[in-house]
Amino acid sequence: MVRLMNEEDMRRALLRLSHQVLEKGVEVADLIIVGIQRRGVPLAKRMSKIIEELKGKKPGTGILDITLYRDDLTQIAYQPVVRSTHIPFSIDNKRVVLIDDVLYTGRTVRAAIDVLIDFGRPQKIELAVLIDRGHRELPIRADYVGKNVPTSSEEMVEVKVKEIDGRDEVLLLKKSEVDI
Amino acid sequence: MPEGLLIKGGRVLDPASNLDEICDVFIKEGKVRKIARNINLSYSELIDASDKIVIPGLIDMHVHLREPGREDEETIESGSRAAARGGFTTVCCMPNTDPPIDDPSLVKFIYEQAKNKGAVEILPIATISRRREGKELSPMGRLKKAGAIAFSDDGSWVTNSALMRRALEYVKMLNLPIISHCEDESLSAEGVMNEGYFSTVNGLAGIPREAEEVAIFRDLALAKMTDSSLHLAHVSTANSVRLIKKAKNMGIKVTAEVTPHHLTISDEGVTDFNTNTKVNPPFRGKEDIELLKESLRDNTIDVIATDHAPHTVEEKEKDYEEAPFGIIGLETALSLVLREVVEKKILSLMQAIAKLTVNPARILGIDRGEIREGVKANITIFDPGKVWLVREEEFLSQSSNSPFLGWKLPGKVEWTIIGGKVVYRSEK
Amino acid sequence: MNFNRKDLLGIESLSREEILFILETAKSFREVIDRPIKKVPTLRGKTVVNLFFESSTRTRMSFELAEKRLSADILNFSVSTSSSTKGETLLDTARNILAMKVDCFVLRHSTPGTPHLLAKELPVSIINAGDGAHEHPTQALLDLYTIREKKGKIEGLKIVIVGDISHSRVARSNIWGMCKLGAKVRVCGPPTLIPPLIEKMGVEVFYSLEDALTGADIVMMLRIQKERQNEGFLPSNSEYIDFFSLNEEKLNLAQPDVLVMHPGPVNRGVELPARIADGEKSIILDQVTNGVAVRMAVLYILLAKR
Repeated sequence: MVRLMNEEDMRRALLRLSHQVLEKGVEVADLIIVGIQRRGVPLAKRMSKIIEELKGKKPGTGILDITLYRDDLTQIAYQPVVRSTHIPFSIDNKRVVLIDDVLYTGRTVRAAIDVLIDFGRPQKIELAVLIDRGHRELPIRADYVGKNVPTSSEEMVEVKVKEIDGRDEVLLLKKSEVDI
Repeated sequence: MPEGLLIKGGRVLDPASNLDEICDVFIKEGKVRKIARNINLSYSELIDASDKIVIPGLIDMHVHLREPGREDEETIESGSRAAARGGFTTVCCMPNTDPPIDDPSLVKFIYEQAKNKGAVEILPIATISRRREGKELSPMGRLKKAGAIAFSDDGSWVTNSALMRRALEYVKMLNLPIISHCEDESLSAEGVMNEGYFSTVNGLAGIPREAEEVAIFRDLALAKMTDSSLHLAHVSTANSVRLIKKAKNMGIKVTAEVTPHHLTISDEGVTDFNTNTKVNPPFRGKEDIELLKESLRDNTIDVIATDHAPHTVEEKEKDYEEAPFGIIGLETALSLVLREVVEKKILSLMQAIAKLTVNPARILGIDRGEIREGVKANITIFDPGKVWLVREEEFLSQSSNSPFLGWKLPGKVEWTIIGGKVVYRSEK
Repeated sequence: MNFNRKDLLGIESLSREEILFILETAKSFREVIDRPIKKVPTLRGKTVVNLFFESSTRTRMSFELAEKRLSADILNFSVSTSSSTKGETLLDTARNILAMKVDCFVLRHSTPGTPHLLAKELPVSIINAGDGAHEHPTQALLDLYTIREKKGKIEGLKIVIVGDISHSRVARSNIWGMCKLGAKVRVCGPPTLIPPLIEKMGVEVFYSLEDALTGADIVMMLRIQKERQNEGFLPSNSEYIDFFSLNEEKLNLAQPDVLVMHPGPVNRGVELPARIADGEKSIILDQVTNGVAVRMAVLYILLAKR
């Protein structure tokens, strides 16, 4: 097991991502940050807060769950828990930044884009991730990346966040080491 | 101007409180105010009750007043006067009138008539089924709201067991009893007297005991099934009594009544085809009478009620098969009870009076049948020693169909008082 | 948790955890209903057959909407209750339809146990939409969901169910669910319409509406059918209304924040006056809305997996 990022690393990465999002010079009023369940949600909230501190105004913040849009429901044997989706405002003509902890095959992001399209017609959808570990199975790319980590399919990247796991860190584990 | 009625020096018997004392009763503003020896309060009316017995006004749970529909036989007015003469202060009238009491407006009619013309308190019983046809439930909830005190299809048995079941279930939410006339008419059929030796000798079709017993059994089973309150009218056979006793031991909520005439006359007494001996249920055998009396003692039978059933002279003047069933009973009831049950040492006077006062009151759930400070002053005073002759012209009932005409009976009611007012006073 | 069942046949056999799982899942679907595009692709390519042997407009519509919003394909099969078409038995009909490769049957039938028969014989999921007087699990689930949504919990609530309990599948399913989730349930109706020994299900029996309503948090009124008078259970409908109909005066005996429910359709003027059915204490329409979400959750849980 290797620790790829500690708490301070994560804080700086998120700060850098937030600056990068703002670099495009867009109005905060037209910006919406949407966290992908599960760990993208606290990251989205943190990014919104950082932007508020930087710009004095908070962007709209939403959360979405992709379970109902997964493409692999009939393949998996277990029952995925459906979590909340809450986007209580219009996303039409807005710039939506999706944020998730790890970008891997790209299927989660594909599903998230479909959820957003069912909510309205954003002007632009961008993707921010803390870790990009490669191995895309669909033509999906992240606009803002915290850290690129090349991995093998035998490995797992786990992001722990204080809000859910009690601590902030990013770990690289062998499949055998993973506690499900 | 002093007020109040003082009943002085009588032997006051109140079964509810087990009071048996020679003392005074003071009544004011319609209620019993004091029961004590030598009451020294001022009064406006005095009754010297020395050597008399002072008891709570009698209650008859089973009376036919024939109004509306057969005012030729009896009216609420005449029937209530007969009741007063018999020492009854409260009677429950059966709904098999014409039209039958199956509608709240008819219950109200009875109350109105009773208020305007009734000499005693009259409580209407309403039907179990619409039009007493035994097919559909009558609006029992609304009938209760209009003042019905119980439900009965008396005159007929509810043959449809499913309907009787629903009726027993339904009244649980109303807390009123169902009174059942137990007679399987397929068995009683054309019968006119008890089926036995005497019906054979008389050549008359008989009513077997089983006609009553089969029906009692079914009703007891349904009472058990529904855990509801059932009262059995005019029980007449030994086996009926045995069934009731067993049922009570099983905890079934059943109560039962017997008439004074069923304690007095047996089928042997159906002589010379006197239609005043034609009753339903019929006079049974001596063994039945014996067990009926015994059942009063062990409380298998809770109540004595007359089933006062007036018929005109013309109706009873027919032959034994054609004449209608029924005899009057209000004016001879107390005397027959004294003769058959008290003098024959089956029950003490106190126990006998209980069957006509506090017991029916409890079954009906009314605050009557007691002499107690604070209750309405319904009181009867009778002379236990007086023997009187039953004379047709003295009946206050409009009808005189009684098998006791010409009998000498013990005990005469001298005053009947309702709410402190004397509603009957016998002539000296 | 893992919901391992193939079918949803009733509430009696569900555990507390299974019920809560369905209610929690329904929350997400409740949100979908509020979106501008009320559709998710979750059951795309699955086929659900609505097999209704008893007429029902609202339950069928609710199921249909739930199925459509999950992007499933639907087949509606309504049969008149008088006879199976052309002498075909229920199982035959189902097997024939199954041969066309469908994934689920939603069955409503007037005889108890019919969904159980299909569940035993067929490999696909069976959802009981009402079997005679036995159970109506999705109704109870949407009722539980609605109560939880409004009151925040079920445990400890005093809930009164009023009406023809004897013939009601809604009552039975709700009693199971409410008791499992810790509510105090009272049933109230004329003695002729309370089934024997129902106390053993964990409820208190009342014949007086006033007594039953005292201190109640939720009042659920059931429909009374006209047939009951003809079948000898009641003297008349007017007498039923006298004793068991809700009005403001009686409702005042309950808690000040009492809520009124009804599985629908409401016999206005019989169980409820229009004033209360449309009043602020009524959550009858919420039940209807939540019904679609709960049915979506049930379909999702049973079908969206291998």
